Order: sequence, then structure tokens, then C-alpha cells
Amino acid sequence: MERRLSVPGRYDRLEQICNFVSEAAEAAGLDATASNRCQLAVDEACTNIIEHGYAGEDRGHIEIVCQPEPGELIITIHDHAPPFDPAAVPQPRLNVEVEDIGVGGLGLYFMRQVMDAVEFSHEDGGNTLVLIKRQEE
Amino acid sequence: MDIATQDYDKVSVMAVSGRVDSATAPDLENALKQLVDAEKNQIVLDLKDVEYMSSAGLRAMVSTLKAVKRVNGDLRLANPSPRVEEVLRLAGLTSIFSIHRTRDEAVASF
Repeated sequence: MERRLSVPGRYDRLEQICNFVSEAAEAAGLDATASNRCQLAVDEACTNIIEHGYAGEDRGHIEIVCQPEPGELIITIHDHAPPFDPAAVPQPRLNVEVEDIGVGGLGLYFMRQVMDAVEFSHEDGGNTLVLIKRQEE
Repeated sequence: MDIATQDYDKVSVMAVSGRVDSATAPDLENALKQLVDAEKNQIVLDLKDVEYMSSAGLRAMVSTLKAVKRVNGDLRLANPSPRVEEVLRLAGLTSIFSIHRTRDEAVASF
């Protein structure tokens, strides 16, 4: 059964968002590791929306829809921010000397690392991000 | 998130508990910056009771690591949970930070 959450774009809502995702992950039968990865991906996505999309807190809402299927969780995140172009996000500079580490772009990098699918789209009135996580065998 | 700092002989230990996300990471970064500003540059961050960390927490830790390395100090980590360790590993930071199983080991490593 589809679950929906709409919250103002504020960092202090991230815990509520993670709890919402955790419950949906449980309903989909995902294990703790897969659930943790879903929470991380959604946290990073919502942080990016607040920080870069809305350029600050309390400037717009974030809607999250979770569709638990057997062994799979489909998470759709919608905002009303200007169009987001994932290709414009820099690659984080990792596995380099301390002084050269660059953690910009780490959120998007994490999403792609931990989820099975990450798809961005933009239509009139906002951005939609679809994240899919399947239970590993 | 809660933070408790304890000074040993030459090492400051900061114990963090709860969630370190975009809501709380600025507080962690400020607390670490206060140590660095007070020239306490040998720091152990005890992560035993951190239940969750996002890239915002890593950012705070990396910026502190850069600051203390410039003055020949170090920020060493103790006790990361498997969940926190996975985030460190995803970011390629397990080889950048000196990570210890216990707080005592981390303190003794200085």
C-alpha cells in the first residue's frame, strides 16, 4: 500500500523522513542494511533539495511517496524547486590525499552507490526523483 | 545529537551520540572547531553511540581533519558502528582516517 509524507523543507525534518522510509522498508521486507541504505539515499536527496533546490530552509515542501512491493521499495521524491541537472553536479574527489579531498557531490554519489535505480526528471512545477531498492538475495 | 568532550593528557576525546545529519552536523563542526581554535589538535572522535551519519557528518569530520593536519595534529576515530563504517567506506574515507576499535586504543595511538 502506498504511503505518503509531505513535510516543509527543513533539516530538522530529516529524522521524521528517515523514520517514514524505515517503516516502508520494513513493509517491503527489506533487511536492516537495505533499509539503512534507503534512509541514507533519501536523506541525501532531501538535503540536496533544501540546500541547492530551494537554496535554504522553509522555502518549499518535499513530498515523499513510498511504494513497498515484495522485496522492493520504490521511493518517489517531489519538490517545487527550479530544474535540477544531475550532470552539473561535480564528482566527489575521494581516495586522494587529505588536503585534496572534495566532498561536494557526495550526496548524489551515495544515492547512486546504495540504490538500484536513481532517476531524475523535471516537469512543470518541480523535480521528481525515483529511487528503487531491491532486497539482495 | 549530544556531544561530550573530555581532555586527557595531550588528547581531547569528543563523544558523539544520536544522529549526525544536516540538522546536527553544523553543531558537531562548531564543537570541533572550538577545540582546534583552542589549539587542541590531537582529537579522538568517539562514534560508539552514533546511530546514523550522512555525508553532512563526513563533511564536518573532513574539514576538521584538514585543519588539524595543517598544524601537525590529527583527528582519529574510535568505535564506529557497522552502519557508520559503511558510510565512511562508501566515501573512501577508511584509508584517510585512522580508525580504532576502542576509545582507549585511539587515545594511546597519539
